[in-house]
Amino acid sequence: MSNPLDLIERAKKGDKRALGRLLTLLEEISAENAWVLERLSSESGRAHVIGITGMPGSGKSTLISRLIRAFRDKGYKVAVITIDPTSPISSGSIMGDRVRMQEHATDAGVFIRSVTNRGILGGVSLAALAMIEAFDVMGYDKIIVETVGVGQSETDIMNVADTIVVLTMPGAGDDVQALKAGVFEIGDIYVVNKSDRPDAVRTYEYMLFVAEKEALGRGGSWKPLVIKTSAALGLGIRELAEAIERHLSYVRESGEKERRLLARRAHLMKLVAVRALLGALEEVMREEGESVSKVAKDMRGFYDEAMRIVKLTGKRVS
Amino acid sequence: MKLIEREKMTELYRGEAKEEIERSLRRWEQEVLPEWLSRMPEREKEFVTLSGVPLNRLYTPLDLKDHDYMQKLGFPGEYPFTRGIHATMYRARIWTMRMFSGYGGPEETNERLKMLIRAGETGLSLAFDNPTLVGVDPDDPLAEGSVGIVGVSVPTLLDMEVIFRDINLGEVTTNMTINPPAPVLLSFYLAVAEKQGVPYDKIGGTTQNDPLKEFIAQKTYVFPPEAAVKIAVDVMEWSVKNLPKWNPVSISGYHIREAGATAVQELSFTLADGIEYVRQLMARGMDVDEFAPRLSFFFDSHINFFEEIAKFRAARRMWAKIMKEWFGAKKPRSMWMRFHVQTAGCSLYPQQPWINIVRTAIEALAAVLGGCQSLHTNSFDEPFRVPSEFAAKIALRTQQIIAYETGVADVVDPLGGSYFVEWLTDEIEERAWKYIDKIEKMGGMLEAVKKGFPQREVEEAAYKFQKEVEEGKRIIVGVNAFREEGEEDVRRVPLLEFNQEEVERRQVERVRRVRASRDQERWKRALDELERAAERGENVMPYVLNAVKAHATLGEIMATLKRVYGTYAEPPYF
Amino acid sequence: MQSRRTSRIRIKVLVAKVGLDGHDRGAKVVARALRDAGFEVVYTGLRQTIDQVVAAAIQEDVDIIGINQHEGSHIHIARKLMQKLKEAGAEDIAVVMGGSIPLVDVEPLKALGVKEVFLPGTPIAEIVRRLEEIVKGGQIASEAEA
Repeated sequence: MSNPLDLIERAKKGDKRALGRLLTLLEEISAENAWVLERLSSESGRAHVIGITGMPGSGKSTLISRLIRAFRDKGYKVAVITIDPTSPISSGSIMGDRVRMQEHATDAGVFIRSVTNRGILGGVSLAALAMIEAFDVMGYDKIIVETVGVGQSETDIMNVADTIVVLTMPGAGDDVQALKAGVFEIGDIYVVNKSDRPDAVRTYEYMLFVAEKEALGRGGSWKPLVIKTSAALGLGIRELAEAIERHLSYVRESGEKERRLLARRAHLMKLVAVRALLGALEEVMREEGESVSKVAKDMRGFYDEAMRIVKLTGKRVS
Repeated sequence: MKLIEREKMTELYRGEAKEEIERSLRRWEQEVLPEWLSRMPEREKEFVTLSGVPLNRLYTPLDLKDHDYMQKLGFPGEYPFTRGIHATMYRARIWTMRMFSGYGGPEETNERLKMLIRAGETGLSLAFDNPTLVGVDPDDPLAEGSVGIVGVSVPTLLDMEVIFRDINLGEVTTNMTINPPAPVLLSFYLAVAEKQGVPYDKIGGTTQNDPLKEFIAQKTYVFPPEAAVKIAVDVMEWSVKNLPKWNPVSISGYHIREAGATAVQELSFTLADGIEYVRQLMARGMDVDEFAPRLSFFFDSHINFFEEIAKFRAARRMWAKIMKEWFGAKKPRSMWMRFHVQTAGCSLYPQQPWINIVRTAIEALAAVLGGCQSLHTNSFDEPFRVPSEFAAKIALRTQQIIAYETGVADVVDPLGGSYFVEWLTDEIEERAWKYIDKIEKMGGMLEAVKKGFPQREVEEAAYKFQKEVEEGKRIIVGVNAFREEGEEDVRRVPLLEFNQEEVERRQVERVRRVRASRDQERWKRALDELERAAERGENVMPYVLNAVKAHATLGEIMATLKRVYGTYAEPPYF
Repeated sequence: MQSRRTSRIRIKVLVAKVGLDGHDRGAKVVARALRDAGFEVVYTGLRQTIDQVVAAAIQEDVDIIGINQHEGSHIHIARKLMQKLKEAGAEDIAVVMGGSIPLVDVEPLKALGVKEVFLPGTPIAEIVRRLEEIVKGGQIASEAEA
């Protein structure tokens, strides 16, 4: 019953229980089950992957909930992957992004899955990348990836989505921190959420300026769009959904979609490699603990010691 | 300069007296104490209150060094009201023994209310079931299995009429624990009064109507924060102008505390909620002295005895100061903090449930020593169910013992002047001001709530407390200490049983009957008018009352308001 | 049959509040404690219908559903939840309940298929231990089946 092939077949027929289990299998890609993902990927590449990112409190979950409705109204099947951080201490996590989307939980054409980033570089975990392939095969037209709303790691989403939507809100858009974090260099579409607030106009104008500037520095003919929304009141959602569709046409026609698909899969491979390397490195560090501690005393030859560890790690994984 | 002199006029212990006490204390600490400590070491390194306030071994006049009697205490019935809002307090009239009640359908509640009136209760109190609390009718899918469980189900005017059958609304006061649907339930009550021929100026009671604490703790919110506050302030404004004896709001710390807050958080968040409502009412052009006397409060009384007493005394002093100095109130009544107290439900446990009677008695005593105006004592079976009649009676008798046997009601503010209690009152006050200051800097409580600030603070405190219990840092009798094997007690406790399914069926039937038999045209017009008024931003209260008289149901009126104002779901604060 | 947990390292729990009661103190304290014990916790928020809980549990493929209840409708909820899980082919997801539940109702709940009932005052360490046991027990059972 839990045979992966069987799960795939059942999931294709719309069995959500089977899909849920299949996704669990993909949470931990290993040498033994890599074939499952291979199998899935042989049939994938059709879906539209939409990355949504933005600072905490910018209203991502509420906006996604509204987008789900807009896409459903057009007859699309929608999958959502939300990514939450893992506690560095216990490696446990609380995944609460569903709260704002639970009204769609029982919709046959919607599937929402929460994953944790498992502390792997950046907000987009390996599991999420693998799940995208599965949702694609199961006929989900729109796959929305919501990432951890923390600055630095967000550029990661570039390697994931066909369309990148960056959320900002009044008072946050002109924040130097956000600029530093590089969030404003990656968007295909910028959303000024909570636009019912009086200070939204200023942020909107600022984002127009950012988009303008970016269009100059970027290849391709896409000029980033800026959309005003109020997710709480349901304003600007249709415009956003249309903008997302327009960007899909662009990436399809320009060949960008194919390029992004390959980048996404390359990134997946990189994360598999990183995980293997980090695992081996941890082991080697443990085994060589004595030697490392000795060097740590006066730090003489520390660089050579580090390189020695690298070599051992390399041997370990090969 | 002159002012400072005046302020210090009634400072306790000055000059030589103070020096002498200081000398003697030092001697005691050096000569007497060490030997005792070595012979009888203390149980803990540090003693702290339930809220984490560290306590000294002993309090002396030196701890009240800058304590100015007139400034800090004064006399009961006078600013700053630390010692009580009335000059004679319980010597004149015992507090109101107000027991929360209601379960099942209106018929059962009517019986129960009449029983309580016969038992000598002086104020009625209605608890509503969860569907009523969030404003949905009994046949709403969300209501399934919930109708009539934690309180009475009141979806229509007809239900309210049944609840008060043979009870004259001019002769009782009724407390209604209702928040987002407060305008609807108050309108039901008013419509019943009108039918009984009781004029508005004879109608007394309270609607809880405190939306801010819903977001912080109670979580029976419906509308988003801004709209929720707007509607609640509509009720307050309308009520102040039309119902001279009605308390349109009960600014509640109780639920905040029950959700895990400390005493300091309970106090400061409640005051900050109150400050927000005062500002909103003043922004509507009302004079502070017109509405302030109608504001009432509701606190928890937890098990850490002196901390609770200190909290109540500090609360009165702080509110008086806020009303006088911040908002320029002139009438003493505007500065009164009148409050209802309920003993701490969260301090009761199902293990060895009989001992909950003792906890409740101690908590009730703290409320009385803290000068409450009315009091609800919990029944010992509350950790698992709506109280049985037997358990509710013991709870009421507990209050009667405190009132008539113990003698604590015979002197005003009997703990005033205790070095410890005065020090702790000051300490709690100081800590509470710090919180209020923080909330003010965020732009007031409405803004703070939107940012999730008090929500996170309460959750942190709840988690911290739980950890302390688990690590054995806090002893709870019967739970993590003095346990009894077997724990068969609960099975023997007679529980209140009623046929929930039957009540649900009856309520569904009634609401459908009401919908089918009313004047449909008048009903539709009334709801349309309500929607238009809400869109225009008008006070919704007159339109809700009109809709109620046209037999619109609770769920229908709330749905109309939701269309205009939207709904709220809490973001995950962790 | 292959064990369903071959791949998962951490236990995944759905913490849900069913019905209309707003007392989420317990649910949130438990969610935090489970996170601190290394669990993956999916929190659905307040006022969930049984259908929503089942849908979330299936989509998240959790090991355990934890229902926190403070209103007294626990028997009704348990009956309906177990039935819906069965209809969805998800009866192997363990269900536990906690909140204001009287001792006398523990046996009826277990008879309905609820794996464990945590009464008020249950130490969290105990909840963690029991949840680990339940998942491990499930694993052993499914391996034996294979």
